[in-house]
Amino acid sequence: MTAELGHFALVAAFVLAAVQMSVPLWGAAKGDLGLMELARTTAIGQFLLIILSFAALVNAFVVSDFSVLNVVQNSHSTKPLLYKISGAWGNHEGSLLLWVLILALFGAMVAAFGRNLPPSLRARTLSVQAMIAFGFMAFMIFTSNPFDRSLPAPADGQGLNPLLQDPGLAFHPPFLYFGYVGLSIAFSFAVAALIEGKVDAAWACWVRPWTLAAWCGLTVGIGLGSWWAYYELGWGGFWFWDPVENASFIPWLCATALLHSAIVVEKRDALKSWTILLAIIAFSMSLLGTFLVRSGVLTSVHAFATDPERGVFILALLGVAIGGSLTLYAIRAPALQAGGLFQPISREGGLLLNNLFLSAAAGTVLLGTLYPLFLDVLDAGKVSVGPPYFNATFGPLMAPVLVAMVIGPFLSWKRADLGHALIRLWMALAAAAIAIALVLIYSGVKGVLPALGVGAAVWIIVGTLVEFADRIKLGRAPLGESVRRLRRQPRSAYGMTTAHIGVGLVVAGVLGATVFKTESIQVMRPGDTVVVAGYGFTLDRVEDIRGANYVAERAVFRLSSDGVEFAAVNAERRNYPVERQQTTEAGIHTTWFADLYAVVGEGDSRNGWTTRIYHNPLVPWIWLGTIVMAIGGAISLTDRRLRIGAPTTRRAKGAASNDGPVPAGAD
Amino acid sequence: MTALSPLARIEVEQSQMRYVLYGIPLLVAVAIGAFFYFGLGGNPRNLPSAFIDKPAPAFNLVALPGRTLGPHGDPGGLSTADLKVGKPVIVNVWASWCIPCVAEHPLVDRLATKEGYTVHGINYADKAGDGAGWLKRLGDPYAKVGFDIDRKAGIEWGVYGVPETFIVDGEGIVRFKHAGALTPDLLEKTILPLLKELQ
Repeated sequence: MTAELGHFALVAAFVLAAVQMSVPLWGAAKGDLGLMELARTTAIGQFLLIILSFAALVNAFVVSDFSVLNVVQNSHSTKPLLYKISGAWGNHEGSLLLWVLILALFGAMVAAFGRNLPPSLRARTLSVQAMIAFGFMAFMIFTSNPFDRSLPAPADGQGLNPLLQDPGLAFHPPFLYFGYVGLSIAFSFAVAALIEGKVDAAWACWVRPWTLAAWCGLTVGIGLGSWWAYYELGWGGFWFWDPVENASFIPWLCATALLHSAIVVEKRDALKSWTILLAIIAFSMSLLGTFLVRSGVLTSVHAFATDPERGVFILALLGVAIGGSLTLYAIRAPALQAGGLFQPISREGGLLLNNLFLSAAAGTVLLGTLYPLFLDVLDAGKVSVGPPYFNATFGPLMAPVLVAMVIGPFLSWKRADLGHALIRLWMALAAAAIAIALVLIYSGVKGVLPALGVGAAVWIIVGTLVEFADRIKLGRAPLGESVRRLRRQPRSAYGMTTAHIGVGLVVAGVLGATVFKTESIQVMRPGDTVVVAGYGFTLDRVEDIRGANYVAERAVFRLSSDGVEFAAVNAERRNYPVERQQTTEAGIHTTWFADLYAVVGEGDSRNGWTTRIYHNPLVPWIWLGTIVMAIGGAISLTDRRLRIGAPTTRRAKGAASNDGPVPAGAD
Repeated sequence: MTALSPLARIEVEQSQMRYVLYGIPLLVAVAIGAFFYFGLGGNPRNLPSAFIDKPAPAFNLVALPGRTLGPHGDPGGLSTADLKVGKPVIVNVWASWCIPCVAEHPLVDRLATKEGYTVHGINYADKAGDGAGWLKRLGDPYAKVGFDIDRKAGIEWGVYGVPETFIVDGEGIVRFKHAGALTPDLLEKTILPLLKELQ
């Protein structure tokens, strides 16, 4: 009965979306406030109905209702409760319902908290949001109904892919979708602005908090996914440039660019048509990712059951959403008035540089992801594009961004003095130079690229702190004055500093994982000790254990340093009988400056076990940095100005002035 | 247009240029969309049927360096001659950087160990040492493993991505190809019956 209730709620939400996408739009064109207000009511109603529908599906999984086909295919009665719940979105149909839920959540949030928006913009934004929801709910109802029955009900289900039975991956999709789908609201704002034909500082100020919220979710989601890959796939890697990983990373790059370009629109009324285009592209990339995962055009470990018919439906959806919005853009954008002019060396110039390189990086990743498909369709041969391509192209494109992100905040609007900024950054320059020299001495000339990488990480972290100290005139004014300035800083300034430090941490962690790790593979018997990077790993014992729905061999390693034992880790090889699959669980001990990482492979008590031991310096910082970035975004989100939505326009000053706190949002 | 002064004409042209410029994103999107549409037509998992029922392509690979031989191991390199041995053999293309290869690995092992077939591996686009380490860690079910560092053999075989699995009959004719990871279902319903038939 609950399954039917869920299905009914979904259809009702579909009907409400049809109302929401048409009536308020018409009301906005006619200037009828009553019709425009309908957008808010329907947006909230639609959200409540989809919650009901989603709850019905989760309930079917929790109580193991095997009369529902989706539950049969993706669950099993012996599965732990957490994975019964996460199984609800670990499949094509359920994840679509989550997709639509978050779409409606963002619509409802705009309806509830967007009181400061002009009624016509709000109505149009919510209408566009409803159009997307309408398309996706039609897709679900007609091709991918999560509530399909399976009668007669089988005795038990087929289980969930064991790789997905993991706490990291249970929460990965909700965060990822929050970001992925949350970008829809920036898209809706952009399309609404194109319909209105007006983009101004206020528009940028309204669209930014929503983009920021989505960006935070996306950051955490991508971080969780890579953390999972790190400890579950068992070879110490954290990123694979898999098409589906790329599909979440491209929107992240676009959203990051969008966050920064919207600042320019808000403060200086420039880069308007570019920002609109970015907002459209960012969400288009989310849609593209959805298409790639579900259509089967690319082979990937993440791909859901592929079905060409579904692919055609999503492609049609993409055609309407992306084609429609870009057509509108081609017609309306040329008429947007260009705003304030600026010199190349200026805050705007720095943000533009950031945008250029981030978009180029997004384009490069997109090209690498789609290239095999392009060649295939042209019948020009078959290729696969692997990590070498991405490493060779992505790194060089990000390098200028990493250098510029420290200098940018020192530049004043409109026209700035680069030399002056660099002088104020002497401490960061010196720290980076020392770091580069140390790495070169330690690892020789071979380590030029790693040394530059370490230099970049130090440069970002120290430079960002220097910038903050400069803001509050630390050391240049009496301490009392600095404390007063510290308290007067807008939250967005704290947010920017935090997020940029997070970037520095991630850069350091990525370097540790790729360049400085030590690896050792050998056969070990209980009692054997291997020394890796100064740490002793002693295989204590290998025991058979039984989990809720798996059996495993668990290897217990005792870790020692200079003969003193300080910890033990368990590495497991799990065997899931229902799904007939094996997974590995790495045993990881983190010191926060390095991970000691052990994996157990094939073996038996007679011949010993193959083990793989890693010393991964700085790797924990990848995820620490990701979280710090997201916290930075969240801090910025609490800024009073973003909540009130009053834009602040900056009058440009002639030279890099340092009087008064550099205002500006999280730039 | 003749009534316009040269300066005004330039202005008109500039505004036309502007419209063209703002249309570029749409054109790019339409082009990508066309690729997707045609890409959907064929299912990538069984695309290159060109190889089926044809002799296996000519190739000659050196043995995977650094490999510690597994229970079925054969130290030599892999070439076309190894595929025409009077009984069916399986050729599995894999790489250490490929996640689906990890997922399908127990099934490859099952084909070699439990079912007793000869499985040759092609280590595709990998760095020396990475492939050997991967086998050491996950177990080595292969007879011969060829090291295809420059992807030349992969091109001959029409490798679209890793993993891919081919079945070659006793006469050296390719009888089956699967792009993507093996699944228990595929093994039971297609691969094992085919192998039995070819035996």
